[in-house]
Amino acid sequence: MEGLYAFCVGLLTACGIFLALRGRTFPVVVGLTLLSYAVNLFLFASGRLKLNAAAVLGQSEQYSDPLPQALVLTAIVIGFAMTAFVVILAMRARADLGNDHVDGRLPEAPKPRLPRRTGGQ
Amino acid sequence: MLNDLIWIPLLPLLGTLVPLFASRFSRSACAFLTAGLPALALVLVLQLAPQVFEGETVRQSFGWIPQMGLELAFRLDGLALLFTLLILGIGLLVVLYARYYLSEKDSMGKFYAYLILFMFAMLGVVMSDNLIQLWMFWELTSISSFLLISFWGHKTEARKGARMALTITGAGGLALLAGVLLIGNVVGSYSLHDVLASGDLIREHAAYPVILVLVLLGAFTKSAQFPFHFWLPHAMAAPTPVSAYLHSATMVKAGIFLMARMYPVLSGTELWFLIVSMTGLATLLLGAYVALFKHDLKGLLAYSTVSHLGLITLLLGMGTELAAVAALFHIINHATFKASLFMAAGIIDHESGSRDMRQLNGLWKYMPYTATLAMVAAAAMAGVPLLNGFLSKEMFFAETLHQDSLGSLSWMVPVFATLGGVFSVAYSLRFIHDVFFNGEPINLPKTPHEPPRYMRVPVEILVALCLLVGVLPTFVIGDLLYTASAATLQGAVPEYSLAIWHGFNFPLLMSFIALAGGIAVYVNRKELFQFQAQFPENDPKLVFEAIIQMIHKQITRFMELAENGSLQRYSYMMLSLAMVMMAKPLLDLNATAGHRPQIPVDAISITGAVLLAIGALATVIWNRQRMVALVALSVVGLIVSLMFAKFSAPDLALTQLAVEVVTVILLMLALFFLPQTTPKESSPKRVARDLGIAAVIGGVIGTISYAMMTRPLESISTFFLENSKTGGGGTNVVNVILVDFRGFDTLGEITVLGIAALGIFKLIARMRLYMPASDGDGRPWSKDSHPLMLSVVSQSLLPLALLVSAYIFLRGHNMPGGGFIAGLITSVAIIQQYIAHGVDWIKARMKLDYQLMIGSGITIAALTGLGSWFFDRPFLTSWFDHFHLPLVGEFELASAMLFDLGVYLTVVGATMLILANLGKLTTSERPVLKEHD
Repeated sequence: MEGLYAFCVGLLTACGIFLALRGRTFPVVVGLTLLSYAVNLFLFASGRLKLNAAAVLGQSEQYSDPLPQALVLTAIVIGFAMTAFVVILAMRARADLGNDHVDGRLPEAPKPRLPRRTGGQ
Repeated sequence: MLNDLIWIPLLPLLGTLVPLFASRFSRSACAFLTAGLPALALVLVLQLAPQVFEGETVRQSFGWIPQMGLELAFRLDGLALLFTLLILGIGLLVVLYARYYLSEKDSMGKFYAYLILFMFAMLGVVMSDNLIQLWMFWELTSISSFLLISFWGHKTEARKGARMALTITGAGGLALLAGVLLIGNVVGSYSLHDVLASGDLIREHAAYPVILVLVLLGAFTKSAQFPFHFWLPHAMAAPTPVSAYLHSATMVKAGIFLMARMYPVLSGTELWFLIVSMTGLATLLLGAYVALFKHDLKGLLAYSTVSHLGLITLLLGMGTELAAVAALFHIINHATFKASLFMAAGIIDHESGSRDMRQLNGLWKYMPYTATLAMVAAAAMAGVPLLNGFLSKEMFFAETLHQDSLGSLSWMVPVFATLGGVFSVAYSLRFIHDVFFNGEPINLPKTPHEPPRYMRVPVEILVALCLLVGVLPTFVIGDLLYTASAATLQGAVPEYSLAIWHGFNFPLLMSFIALAGGIAVYVNRKELFQFQAQFPENDPKLVFEAIIQMIHKQITRFMELAENGSLQRYSYMMLSLAMVMMAKPLLDLNATAGHRPQIPVDAISITGAVLLAIGALATVIWNRQRMVALVALSVVGLIVSLMFAKFSAPDLALTQLAVEVVTVILLMLALFFLPQTTPKESSPKRVARDLGIAAVIGGVIGTISYAMMTRPLESISTFFLENSKTGGGGTNVVNVILVDFRGFDTLGEITVLGIAALGIFKLIARMRLYMPASDGDGRPWSKDSHPLMLSVVSQSLLPLALLVSAYIFLRGHNMPGGGFIAGLITSVAIIQQYIAHGVDWIKARMKLDYQLMIGSGITIAALTGLGSWFFDRPFLTSWFDHFHLPLVGEFELASAMLFDLGVYLTVVGATMLILANLGKLTTSERPVLKEHD
């Protein structure tokens, strides 16, 4: 099971990083969200995996490590706040700069072979 | 209390504020008030002086960062006493002088504030008993001197001169810091007391040459020694009181002071002798020679200062004890005559409008009194008998005769010294003859006249000191010189005599050769000037500026290469670097899997993993179809939440589920204002590159998590598990950790949440957005925006949802739940209403101020923490007890619950502030904008 879990974390990281390296803001936000899933799972796993062992006293024989859980819980909420901040920043950037590229300006001299630019209004 | 040593620098520090307030009064009042605190400091010094004269070192220290050996420590020994007297004494005279020098247009308060700040810094340097502290004050002198030189910031040369001085002395300061750190490393302490006692240790250490060079770099740059001397003449762009104070008496002596201070530690080796004395000799000759050819009055004095500083350095470099005494003596003498000369030059400039000696002639007729004073001071500078300069110069000549470190070439030192003396006499003579005699003034902007009475007073006092020291040296200066020498040498002071007359001997002969030679050189100056005119003018300023320009250009080129404005590139570089740094620890790991028993895989888990993989890959593959990617992303989020549930983290599962809903709604809202698709921009090469690094990092992270999970765990959580019920009063340990054990963390986290939400609120508030009239494919939006079924169902669901969230909140301490989760559930319930009915409809019916909610949430949480202070407990100590009520039965009340309420309110407030305001943008209330594209 640990191997499967690690595979999931690795896959989420890879997907997140790939998207975070894109040039437009929205894929980057999506990538960061994926990456934050991976990070939360990773931190959570630092307490090791246990089945049927919720850290509620008197409910089970053994308990999983509550500390990483507490930390990850706040990390999830703060992660939401940060995602929100970034996405609003992206909207603001598009409103003020007229494009949604992460550099705030479109790359110079786009290749002529490009198909018709979609997405712009 | 005022007997404390620390008041001596502290009073001037307070004094920097005085002129800023006092400048609203009259000029004299401002000067008077400014002088007050430094004068008090001077009284304190004088009060302590008898103790120092008895050979005592007054010390005082306060802990600063004791763990790092840093302390705030001051000492007053003979050397420090000598310098504090110079700094405070001449400083006060300069304050008086500047009152008349500054014009109505200059900001007097600013000038005095800088000046007193410099005084503070300088006092800090000479009184520091800790090397790091000394360095800090050292840098402060550089900064305050920068401010003073650039006081007339409208002039180019002032700005350039200030920049040059700061660059050179600042760079030297960095070298000094490195040297100081090395010394601290060798000695094991930065305390001057310890360092001074470890001379042998340092001199025999392998790092000694490095230490010596670094410390000397600091000293040489500050004291304008060749080849760093060029900043000093350019610093003459400063107002003349600054030149009189900084560039003759104090700051340029800081380097000399440092050499004297470190004399017992660093001197006495062949290397010290070679570097210090040769640098001093070169500076002495160069300065004296160049001074003769300067037409600018202050330029002449500046180079003369360079030359005299070289003389003192040479004396310190000789390494004999008598030479060190002579050096200290010359420090005093030079400070008195040079400060008075600068002041005289300032008077001449002030009253005649020019400093050019080609224009200034025959001023004797116009200002005989000032002329007499200047002539006496210049004679002291030349080393004429009966004046103080003569005494120390003779000691200097005598010492050059007594050294033999250059072996068979040792005879050259006295010869060069005499040559320096010749030029010194020549330029002093030029200063006297060219300015006060030599015909009539040529084209002066003003008719020269005597200055105001009190402007002359500082000059009179200093010139009187020149005379007094020259005639009655032992009486006036004997004790001070003796204690200063004892402190410098940190041991026995050799026999020396301060008498004027030592009989006919070699030094006297050298003095006479210098006087006669100087007169001869001056008389034949026309030939010399013609000879000098054949050389191309080599302006060090141009060289300096060229070097600065070159460095700037190179750095710009590098920056353009490294920082081209592409965020994608930066991210790629950082990720690559992270991987490179990961390589070593990963290669050191001998086996991937640890020994911890693993959980067997079951079918459900495989199904979940496959779904997650499909979701994640779909997000990537269809990332340009943004809506599709968002749906795929939400699948991943759901599976993550199920993973938490599976692996015994019900709280996390609930949180993740609720956050997932909110996040997807948020991203959908955002997508409304962003392009629906992403253009295909990345070249195949870049896609391959990004896929490569993503795969590598994913693999590495996966490996690390596998290696981590398969290894046994030593956790501190046993403590939480054991104390959760007894100490925190709850059985849900995760919640107890959040609101009790680590409540302070949580308080910080909800504060961050609140700040983020407010930041978003501000970002939204002034956003001017273009609202698309149709979707990406050109279809108009549906008119039926709030379907009836949804409105009805959601409206009836609201009380139910709120009830659930209340239940989740209340049970949070003992069962999975709590403020975070309850807050998110409430938010989802409210958002549902927004979706079902629209912002306008809600606005009329639900008057919730989300900002107030965030504020009160954080306040409640913080007050709960503060509440424990009333019971004399530390911040956020929790309290709980069990009560019994009829009908309800036994229940528990805990202060943690109140804290959790704060968390709840903040979470609801923050989430809703973000979403409701974002949602508002889609309605009629949004700011109107006609966009061009």
